Amino acid sequence: MITWIESLGRIGLLFCERAGVSGLFLLRTVFRRPRIMRLFPLIVEQIYAVGVLSIIIIVVSGLFIGMVLALQGYNILERFGAVEQLGQLVALSVVRELGPVIGGLLFAGRAGSSLTAEIGLMQATEQLASMEMMAVDPLWRVIAPRFWAGVVSMPILIAIFCIIAVFGSYLVGVEWLGVDAGQFWSNMQASVNFRIDIINGIIKGLMFGIVITWIAVYQGYYVVPTAAGIGRATTKTVVYGSLAVLGLDFILTSFMLGGW
Amino acid sequence: MLDNFVEILGLHFARGDHSVFRDVNLCIPRGKITAIMGPSGSGKTTLLRLISAQLHPQGGKVLVNGVDIHSLNHSELYKMRYLMGMLFQSGALFTNISVFENVAFPLREHTKLPEDVIRNVVLMQLEAVGLRGARELMPSELSGGMAHRVALARALVFNPQLMMYDEPFTGQDPITMGVLIKLIKYLNNILGLTSIIISHDVVETLSIADYVYVIADGHIIGEGTAKQVASDKSPLVDQFIHGFADGPVPFHYPAKNYREDLQL
Repeated sequence: MITWIESLGRIGLLFCERAGVSGLFLLRTVFRRPRIMRLFPLIVEQIYAVGVLSIIIIVVSGLFIGMVLALQGYNILERFGAVEQLGQLVALSVVRELGPVIGGLLFAGRAGSSLTAEIGLMQATEQLASMEMMAVDPLWRVIAPRFWAGVVSMPILIAIFCIIAVFGSYLVGVEWLGVDAGQFWSNMQASVNFRIDIINGIIKGLMFGIVITWIAVYQGYYVVPTAAGIGRATTKTVVYGSLAVLGLDFILTSFMLGGW
Repeated sequence: MLDNFVEILGLHFARGDHSVFRDVNLCIPRGKITAIMGPSGSGKTTLLRLISAQLHPQGGKVLVNGVDIHSLNHSELYKMRYLMGMLFQSGALFTNISVFENVAFPLREHTKLPEDVIRNVVLMQLEAVGLRGARELMPSELSGGMAHRVALARALVFNPQLMMYDEPFTGQDPITMGVLIKLIKYLNNILGLTSIIISHDVVETLSIADYVYVIADGHIIGEGTAKQVASDKSPLVDQFIHGFADGPVPFHYPAKNYREDLQL
């Protein structure tokens, strides 16, 4: 019993220590001495690596999820004679939940793992240590641009996901299954509220971007510098990032719906 | 001007329960090449990281140019690092940029020099290490020896006063080793550097070192000029310098009785 309590205590202390280290790491990354003019081109470069190169997977996933949602929605709504509500169903599902959550999960898998592996390999090959020895702070030069690129890219990727998903549902619902285009768009327009739905979706995207990129750069920076260590860190980024997205989504949705 | 560029006083450093250094005292004389030698795992690289404040000791002081480097704040430490250059064991070149850009990196980060000046400085550095013609190559296209030379050019581009070499000869072919030995000696004399070489390549290191420390088991077991260390008859130093397979550093890792282990 005592051993069990000891182990629990050890795990608790380790968790607190890691939470503290990762919190300080984030603060040191975010509040590094501002050198905007030097930082800006580095962020743009990283937005390409983190954001632009993730567009393909976001677009393809968005398209198929929109199409499947239209197909399923049509079959259910048809039973109640309400197929004209298809646009509303798809738009609200995608903008409120599916867009941010699936976009976040894809981002954790595509960009998060790539960030961790890249930074981890730089750590293992002493590139970050050599940067320190050249009096260049790796937190400023390597971590901050990647962090800000992730934060900026995530909401934009989610917006692209939602637009493409709606387009996919239009292709299936209107072009294939014959839902009236006017009703499809007008019901969607009438039901989607800019502040409640769109802005909240973007806020979710921003929060997911912060959390996923934070996890990714932290796991890369504090990697065990071996091949197995990099593999473990990359896996942790995807697992922790995905769990964080799902957990945070529930909390944010509770706040946004006024449940708390 | 102080006689010693680096002074280590009563250094204690441990990783978890494992004590790496216990009450280590040593001095790195200014303008000389000092070698720190010892068996693998004796903490040689850790010592370099303590001198450059990438690691912090549990006790003792490391004075660099008369300043306790571990008492400096972040910006003071980074200013101090302008005085230092380090050649890493792996070279540690940035793999996503060319040889030229690797050498230009510190200049671009710390100065606003015009492009033609940066170009000329980089080419002069690459000429000094014999790799001016390799400027367009990527690090993945270089041999191990060439990568070390590019890393040396990059480490020297800011004219440091203290140059630290972490296992510069490990895994190099005889020609590359000869080139590196010549370069380290030549650059130290021409640029008036203070050099610290961490190595366990005895012959190569003793051939250029002005002073040698041998460390093992968390403390200094021998020191002196290359000649004095080579003729040191203390068992541990003697075994290390002459590469005897068995001695105070045993061939066998501690284990229980052989017969018992085989269940005979």
